[in-house]
Parts: sequence; structure tokens; C-alpha cells
Amino acid sequence: MKKELTCITCPMGCQLTVVDKNDDGNFEVTGNTCKRGPKYAINELTNPTRVIPTTVVVRNGMLPRLPVKTAEPIPKGQIFEAMKAINQVVVDAPVKIGDVVIENLLGLGINVVSTKNMDRC
Amino acid sequence: MIYDIVILGGGPAGLSAAVQAKKDGVENILILERDRELGGILNQCIHNGFGLHTFNEELTGPEYAARYIKQVVDLGIPYLLDTMVLDMTDHGETKIIHVINEESGYMTIETRSAILTMGCRERTSGAIGIPGYRPSGVFTAGTAQRFINMEGYMPGKEVVILGSGDIGLIMARRMTLEGAHVNAVCELMPYSNGLVRNIVQCLNDYDIPLKLSHTITFIHGKDRIEGVTVAQVDDKLKVIPGTDEFIPCDTLLLSVGLIPENEITVNAGVEMDNRTNGSIVGELRQTTMPGVFACGNVVHVHDLVDFVSEEAVLAGKGAAKYVKGTLDTNVTFTTANGDGIGYVVPQQVAMKNVEENVTFYMRVRQVFENKVVNAYIGDQLIATKKEKKLLPAEMVNFKIAKEVLEKYPAGEIRFVVEEAQK
Repeated sequence: MKKELTCITCPMGCQLTVVDKNDDGNFEVTGNTCKRGPKYAINELTNPTRVIPTTVVVRNGMLPRLPVKTAEPIPKGQIFEAMKAINQVVVDAPVKIGDVVIENLLGLGINVVSTKNMDRC
Repeated sequence: MIYDIVILGGGPAGLSAAVQAKKDGVENILILERDRELGGILNQCIHNGFGLHTFNEELTGPEYAARYIKQVVDLGIPYLLDTMVLDMTDHGETKIIHVINEESGYMTIETRSAILTMGCRERTSGAIGIPGYRPSGVFTAGTAQRFINMEGYMPGKEVVILGSGDIGLIMARRMTLEGAHVNAVCELMPYSNGLVRNIVQCLNDYDIPLKLSHTITFIHGKDRIEGVTVAQVDDKLKVIPGTDEFIPCDTLLLSVGLIPENEITVNAGVEMDNRTNGSIVGELRQTTMPGVFACGNVVHVHDLVDFVSEEAVLAGKGAAKYVKGTLDTNVTFTTANGDGIGYVVPQQVAMKNVEENVTFYMRVRQVFENKVVNAYIGDQLIATKKEKKLLPAEMVNFKIAKEVLEKYPAGEIRFVVEEAQK
């Protein structure tokens, strides 16, 4: 098996080639310019994941929406399920960066955290 | 009171420049910001991918801004919010900044030095002149981004995006995540104007088609947009008859380029560069007006905020040197864009101000594969930068060491795209 991928770990966008000679899960990655490349490529072929940045409703803040993200990447297949859960949340200002907005999202063991400091006003 | 440095804009460039100038020992600094908070456009860029160069970790826009806002606050640098700069006038030793805000009304602020960090704004539908009606539902991608991410409004449900700039790609994903259906992203050019990683993670991940060499030839709908006619273009960007297709939609987002916001710069009499639509700057981002510096998207549109912060450090250093009277004003080199290169920043270099090296930022005019960028002074090749692929969407950073440049007394540094020497 041979596959071409664009690494999305950073804006360099390296073109990666992944070869699994014997189809036994021994991946050989080339084209990367840093050590994050192979990790991304293997992850992408075995269990693709993404960080989800989105917003939740915030009350008594300077703005009506608070930006949040999943603290870790979640499986690609569960993105829309995650969005549904995140869109149920309403928080109250003040909120600090890193404050947990949802604990253990969809039982994945991953939290959703605030990405903005929002004072009460 | 006369300030040492006044910074026009509290976005990533202004914050980073302020921090650097303060670290270099300048006491009286003031940041002027027209929005209700510091951070600029980063506040609406809630996606991740910022800071990999600067902080070695992947941050969202608000998180990246917060890192710099904290430094500004910790260093005790004062700032005024909700304050709009109307004009800047040159009075030799000082500049007068004319501003307006709700609390003080109109007032003037006098300063020895000014750093221009006003950023850029989006090209609108008026700028590209699409035929058809002018219904509601046509937004710039950045406006839609602000509505969704900050104000909590959803612009629509059936979306077409014109232009494949990064904001357009990011918004294609964002609208999809919030339940909209993005029919297509249309790009006039045969290549995307966004970063490759954004094509992968914003379009491919969600099966959103990218129609290269396609444009919108008609906007339908009198009150609200009802659809667009999309057609293919040839290599001269002319519409190919018979290729038109109607795509129904209730929302059209435009991601068709950014324009540095330089009205204040031009009015003040700072010399401009029509290739970048920004001012002509030197290695420490000094403009042609003594005491006035500029950095970030107001000088040239960057694709990564990390490079904006990096450039702003130079402007902060430069302004600090100017205030202390140690900035050299003798230009050693000018720069020029040769074959394949659209522009080069900085346009001038005063070697006495250079510490270890000079980074030249440039953009190529088209997609090149397996080519190199060569730097020449006269006929002499002084440096080479290898790139597997050169894309107009990805800025080239070409670093040349001080000792290489020092071998030449003066002249023009010319950058060209050429075949790689085997």
C-alpha cells in the first residue's frame, strides 16, 4: 500500500508519502521535514483525528459567544456528534482560557475548554 | 505630554511591536485600538493553527492574542480602546495623531515616533464587480466569521464561496460545522490562494468541492440571494461559453483578497509601494518618513500571524533605536523583484542597523515546482533558497546573513525564480 498525504500539522504543508510494504502496519513515511510528519501520517491512516474549534453561548460576557476547542484531537467520525453536544452548552462569564466547558466529551476522555478570557459585564 | 512611541492598532503587529519597544527600554508607549478589546482580527479567528513558529504549540487566534495581551499588561503598556485614529500629521521632530473616542471626543496625541499597525481589510463585492442583483446574503468571509464566532448569528444555510483565500476555506468548514451546506468553493485561478493544509482540513475533510478556474457570472435574487451562475474560465481568465451552471444558495461568501488599510499612511505623506499596497520599509520597518514605522498586514498581507509578530519585533526595535537616536538612516541596498517574484519586503536595507541577518519576505507570481529563488547583486549570485514548490499563497522567507551582504558596498538586491543548478 502506498498513499500520498498533505501534512496539516503546521502551515508548511509537507507532501508525505506513506508506504506499508507488507500491509502489516509497518509504515514508512517520507517527505516530512520534521518529526511531527510521520506521527500525523500514521495517525491519519489508522485513526484520523481533529481538534474542533467552535463556540458556545456565554451569558453576561462582553460578547454573546465564547470560543472553545477540544483540548485534544477527537476522532474525525465523531465531529458532528461533538458539535451537537457542544452546541447545548451555556456558560456564564467570567471565563478564563483553559476553563473546562464540557468534561469528558462523548465519553472520549477529552475536555472542551475555553480559548478566551471573557470578563463579566 | 509627548509620547515616545504611539502604536496605531492593537492587533498582533501592534502588540508585538509594543512589547519589543518596551523591552528595548522605551518608557512612554501608547497603543490605540478602535475595537472594544485588544487582539485585532485574531479575536474572530477561533480556529487552531496559530503560533507553531512562535510558541512551538498550536493555538487558536484568541489564545495567540492572549499571550501578547498578557505581555502588554504585565509590562504596564497603556492602551486606549474604542479609539479611532482619524489622521496623522508630520511636524518634523514629532507627529500629531488625531483621534476620536466616546469619552474624550476629538483629541490630539503628540509623539516622537509612530508605528503603523492598522492591518488590512477585505475586498468586497463592489471591488470585483460581479454582474447581477445586489440582494442581501452576500458577505465577505471575514464578516460572516465575525457574525458566527463573536456575535452568534448564522448568515445562512446554503452557501457558495467565491475565492479560495484562507478565510474562505476556514469559513467553508466553520459553516459546515454549524449545520450549513457548502455547495462549492469557486476559484478564478487554476490554483488555490489558500494554504494547502486548509484545503485538506477544511474542504477535503468535509467533501466540499473546490472548483478551480471557475467564477461567478451572475447573482440571482432581488431581496435575498437565490443562487449564482458559475462558469469555467480559460487560461486567459475569460469565461468559456456553455460551461455555466446554476447553483441555488441563500448565502454567498467572498474571499477575494485583502487590502492593507493605508489611508492614514497615504494622507501623512509616507511613500507607498504599489506592488504591496503598503508603505516602502527598511530592515527595521522604518518608512520614508523619519520616526514612522510600519509592520504586519498594513505593509504587506502575510499568511501567518507568526510572521506578523516576527516583523513587528523589527519595527519595535527600530522605533526604540529612533527614540534613542541610534537608528542609522543611510540606505545601503534597495531590493527588486525579478522574474517570477511579485514583490519583496523590505524594499531598503541600512546595513548598520542589521544584527545577524536580514529576512526578505516575498511572493511568487505563479506556481513553480523544483525551482530556486536566487538573490543577485549586479551579476553576482549571493544566496539561493531552495523550495520544492513555490505557491503565490505561501510567502517565501529568504534569510541572508549579515556577512554575506557586508561583502558588497551598496547596490540593488534582485530576487529571481530560476532553474535549480544540478
